[in-house]
Amino acid sequence: MSAVTPRATTAVTTRVLTQLRRDHRTLAMLLVLPCALMSLLWWMFDGLPGDGFSSLGPALLALIPFIIMFLVTSVTTLRERTSGTLERLLAMPMGKLDFLLGYAIAFGLVAALQSALAVGVCVWLLDLTIVGSVWMLMVVAVVDAVLGTALGLFVSAFARTEFQAVQFMPAVVIPQILLCGLFVPRDALPRVLEVISDLLPLSYAVDAMQTVAATNETGDVWRDIGLVAAYAVVALALGALTLRRQSP
Amino acid sequence: MPIIHHMMKNVVSVRSLAVTRDGNEVLRGLDFEVAPGQVTGLLGPSGCGKTTLMRSLVGVQRLTSGSVEVLGSPAGSASLRDQIGYVTQQASVYDDLTVTENLRFFARILGLGNERVSECVDLVALGEHRDRVVSHLSGGQRSRVSLAVALLGQPSLLVLDEPTVGLDPVLRVELWQTFHALADAGAAVLVSSHVMDEASRCDRLLLMREGRLIADDTPAGLLGNTGADDIESAFLALVQQEASA
Repeated sequence: MSAVTPRATTAVTTRVLTQLRRDHRTLAMLLVLPCALMSLLWWMFDGLPGDGFSSLGPALLALIPFIIMFLVTSVTTLRERTSGTLERLLAMPMGKLDFLLGYAIAFGLVAALQSALAVGVCVWLLDLTIVGSVWMLMVVAVVDAVLGTALGLFVSAFARTEFQAVQFMPAVVIPQILLCGLFVPRDALPRVLEVISDLLPLSYAVDAMQTVAATNETGDVWRDIGLVAAYAVVALALGALTLRRQSP
Repeated sequence: MPIIHHMMKNVVSVRSLAVTRDGNEVLRGLDFEVAPGQVTGLLGPSGCGKTTLMRSLVGVQRLTSGSVEVLGSPAGSASLRDQIGYVTQQASVYDDLTVTENLRFFARILGLGNERVSECVDLVALGEHRDRVVSHLSGGQRSRVSLAVALLGQPSLLVLDEPTVGLDPVLRVELWQTFHALADAGAAVLVSSHVMDEASRCDRLLLMREGRLIADDTPAGLLGNTGADDIESAFLALVQQEASA
């Protein structure tokens, strides 16, 4: 695989962001929807005893960027594959890694903005209790979004239409949501499911969010972030394998 | 494989090229050269393998057997990636970007500046539309954006898959003039078409049918050899000769 050329990587990042800026509706949904969903969660627990919002909120902050970036990326790259632009780029002096990193950086930046807004709304408007650092929360959200982007890039290789690409969301994402410890604590799951849950990256992202929210501990959080990042790197590498300069 | 002495003279050199896709023999043993400084026309009915052949030259098609050399290297080599301009039938550009934004993006990938972007916009006569989003352009205008992208790097080999489909006649004449200007500047230009009347605009013709080349000649030579009045009749005459042989 060719080395990374910053020129080509930033060209891809700039282009993806320009496309996104032109699509006002998508941009508005990317930024407003997470805040609206967090507010909905807060409202559900308003008037109930205990602090349900603070116990579920951090997990949701981990799930949202992952789900949204997974969807956005899988559809965008599928479009890139079917429109012939990907083939054109790969016939040019364009590294596969440049292409993937360009996307990851663009959506990582969007995720940072998205999470900053959602975290801001939660902490300052909705009184979400965060014992640890708010910055740490943001780092987890961005790494999580990059993971969603990387997985989205990878699965788009297995879809021929946008309908199929969207179907990968329930297949790849919902099992992770069910097993991440949100519904049943992970150590209380049947043994087989616990092992599976230990293998799924979203479990660590949710762990990290919950640890930041509840404690001042940073060691565990960095370990979780490292694991999620490692999964993202593996997914990007697998994504690179699906970018073929030649087709049969 | 024997060393071909005139290899460097030709931009493309194809030997016994065969491609099978999904069990279909799309290309069945082709041999030909493409020379620089000429516009070579690749003519044949829809489905005869023109696009697969062009993809093989560009290096995006996996070959079943045989070889394709471009500028002395196997097609698809990394060294060729900034030497070939390829325009597919479908305009491979971003619909949600403007003409200029599309060109600037591809120019940055090639390491080119904005002056070259303006030059290419003018070459395909899209100056008035440079700041319009591609999805708002007509089909013909979109394919010209795609052509402009292919021209950016001043490629030694330009491969154009049906570039004049759906264009108005005035523009078609202009585009053929552009192709000849590029050839005069030293490029090898390969243009495919299923419209036989475009053949007379080429310096040389490759006629293709069912994955084989049935003729490789100048337009005048082809008419002379078959005694036909136009390229369409020449094509029919060649098919009949083949059938009776």
